[in-house]
Amino acid sequence: MENEVKLAAGAMVALAVATAALVILPYIQVRDIHAPEGLKPYTSAELRGREVYIANGCVYCHTQQPRDRNLGPDAERGWGRASVPGDYIYDKPHLLGSMRTGPDLFNIGARQPSQDWHLGHLYQPRAYVPGSIMPSYPYMFDVKPEAEEGDVVLKLPPGAAPNGRVVVARPEALDLVRYLRGLNHTYPVLPPQPRGEAAPAAAPPPAGAASSADAKAS
Amino acid sequence: MDSALLSLLGAFLLSLLGLFVFIWSMRKGLLLENPRAASVIFAPGEIGRADDPALPGDEQKPLRDAAAEAGEAGHPPDPDELLHRVEADRSTAFPVFMFIAFACMWLVLGSVAGLTSSLKLHMPDLLVSEAWMTFGRIRTVHLTAVLYGWISNAALGTIIWLLPRLLRTPLMGGAWVMLGGALINTGIASAIGAIGSGWTDGMEYLEIPWQIGLFIVAGFICIIGPVLYTLVNRKVESLYVTVWYHVAALLWIALLFIVAKLPGVHTGVQQATTNWWYGHNVLGLWFTPVSVGAIYYFLPKIIGRPVRSYNLSILGFWTLAFFYGQVGGHHLIGGPVPGWLTTLSIVQSMMMIIPVLAFTINMAGTMWGRMHLARYSPTLRFMMFGGFMYMLSSLQGSFEALRSINQVAHFTHFTVAHAHLGAYAFVTMVLFGAIYFMMPRVLNWEWPYPRLITLQFWLAAIGIGIYFIGLSIGGWLQGLYMLDATKPFMDSVAVTIPYLEWRSVGGSLMVLSHVIFVGHFLAMALRFGPQRTGAALFWPRKAQELLHGE
Repeated sequence: MENEVKLAAGAMVALAVATAALVILPYIQVRDIHAPEGLKPYTSAELRGREVYIANGCVYCHTQQPRDRNLGPDAERGWGRASVPGDYIYDKPHLLGSMRTGPDLFNIGARQPSQDWHLGHLYQPRAYVPGSIMPSYPYMFDVKPEAEEGDVVLKLPPGAAPNGRVVVARPEALDLVRYLRGLNHTYPVLPPQPRGEAAPAAAPPPAGAASSADAKAS
Repeated sequence: MDSALLSLLGAFLLSLLGLFVFIWSMRKGLLLENPRAASVIFAPGEIGRADDPALPGDEQKPLRDAAAEAGEAGHPPDPDELLHRVEADRSTAFPVFMFIAFACMWLVLGSVAGLTSSLKLHMPDLLVSEAWMTFGRIRTVHLTAVLYGWISNAALGTIIWLLPRLLRTPLMGGAWVMLGGALINTGIASAIGAIGSGWTDGMEYLEIPWQIGLFIVAGFICIIGPVLYTLVNRKVESLYVTVWYHVAALLWIALLFIVAKLPGVHTGVQQATTNWWYGHNVLGLWFTPVSVGAIYYFLPKIIGRPVRSYNLSILGFWTLAFFYGQVGGHHLIGGPVPGWLTTLSIVQSMMMIIPVLAFTINMAGTMWGRMHLARYSPTLRFMMFGGFMYMLSSLQGSFEALRSINQVAHFTHFTVAHAHLGAYAFVTMVLFGAIYFMMPRVLNWEWPYPRLITLQFWLAAIGIGIYFIGLSIGGWLQGLYMLDATKPFMDSVAVTIPYLEWRSVGGSLMVLSHVIFVGHFLAMALRFGPQRTGAALFWPRKAQELLHGE
């Protein structure tokens, strides 16, 4: 092996093959999908909350990708149907996650719609879920002698509230909870269409259903 | 066509191609031993001379005696060849010292951050008052500091030190390399500050904001230029396999980082596939080739024997290049991505067994009958440990990609344990060994307290052992509990607690070993301790030849 050009060229070809397979082909396959009908773009408050979610690294303990029934009881745990590419159309960056130290949050807004629960749980998770190892986020809240005009006061379980003082949510906590409550992907997506068959005329499929065929196949 | 059919066809064609390549290589005699190419790392007369600069002068003798084989007349290496090596070493001393010093700093910071995040997982109310200390940030500080700060700096130091030696050419453009190192470390420091303050791009392994990433890209370009220039102006004809691994790794990591960080291109699910293409290739096409390349140099060098089969190492290189790049998709098995993609990645993960076995057979053949030399040489111990762990972690990774195992291991601490087996037990241990070998040559000074090297080895090895075994069991149980629909989710959390505590125990030992390592490094750099063999860096030529060639 005496030729540095062969070395560089070979290395580049190897990387190009990998890039074609894992970056370019998936891009070609999913670029034409559209949002499912039931999926709404994030509001600006939700987007701010999403930034809080990203900044505090929630993604390292929580996934947002329920798996298919044959890969685990995600649906039975109430985490929802397996996700499809169209579900993530507004997500930038993606927050699929790779770890389930905590439960999947893809449909947390549907499972737990209460703002009070979310705020209190962020303030002290162990007051709501005994044995939880989620960190508490006291820096997203203010502890004051009494609430002022416009403050959102936390309704904490007995024992969790500081004595004689009130806990009020800071804007980042409120935004984060708005984002979490907005995580609701319970809208229907059509079952995968077999390739080559026309979609039933009666119910035109939402765009994106065709590309979800491959996703379900995994 | 159906995606399942397509992937089957692809796998079939690939195997057919592999068969033809195999037949061709047999006909060309590529799988026979090729001692000439394997011996280029030795000066004439040097084969048979065991060498471990980490050992003080008087302790080299037992190693050499143990390595000597009957019937071999030892004669001194060719001084002309050694002169090239001295010149090469001198040209790289400053840049290498800079990279290793940065690496040491990030190692301590990164492993303290890692231990903190480990403690937080079983003490969730520990250090929660400030945002920068929360688990999601301190964990990411750990990852950035150890992957980019420690491993990448130590890897660059190793590459810059080895290439001029292997090419028998002084490093050209050393000032550019230093500038590149400064840019990269500015980028890493800024990235850690950014992540602590909550500014992140939000993807695993790609947290560094792309604006800061520009520094890192510029830094890599400043380093790649001089490396390629030195390569083109080399004085040797045959490129040793380490050169292949190291040059390719440098090109790969720069391109990987640029493509993955391109702002405004990747969104949604496609971004997830790019994320894991990058995330896995950092390990596969940067850390792995650098460490494997380092083993291919240091291991034969220490025991004074060329690698068993040079051509097997070339086979390992090309199979690694072509299979590893496509492995990343197995992180998305069951995820909302095309089915063919995960299938492709599973197939390629299994194909990775080929380069791993090629490496293992080669190294086992080289070490056969000489393993006892590890008793004398601490550096050899690190290299052997790292090489063995490469085999283990890579085989484990191949099987972990299979759907049946992935179903349990995915989304659990099992994956975290596996990642540490690769990045720590394999890569980090090899880099420790490389640094122990290089620094006496770089600083022209012996390690002042050789016993600390042994102590550090055992602390690190026992630490990662506890960490890996504990967390693997905990993660596997967590996965089984999560798959059992009759158990509430919180059971899968509760079952891991004792194992998470064991992880912190192992992690503490590892941090302790790093403090010893960095303290020892500082003592050497600041000229503490008993053994003093010469002045810093500007040594007279006579002393140089003596030290390098003996």
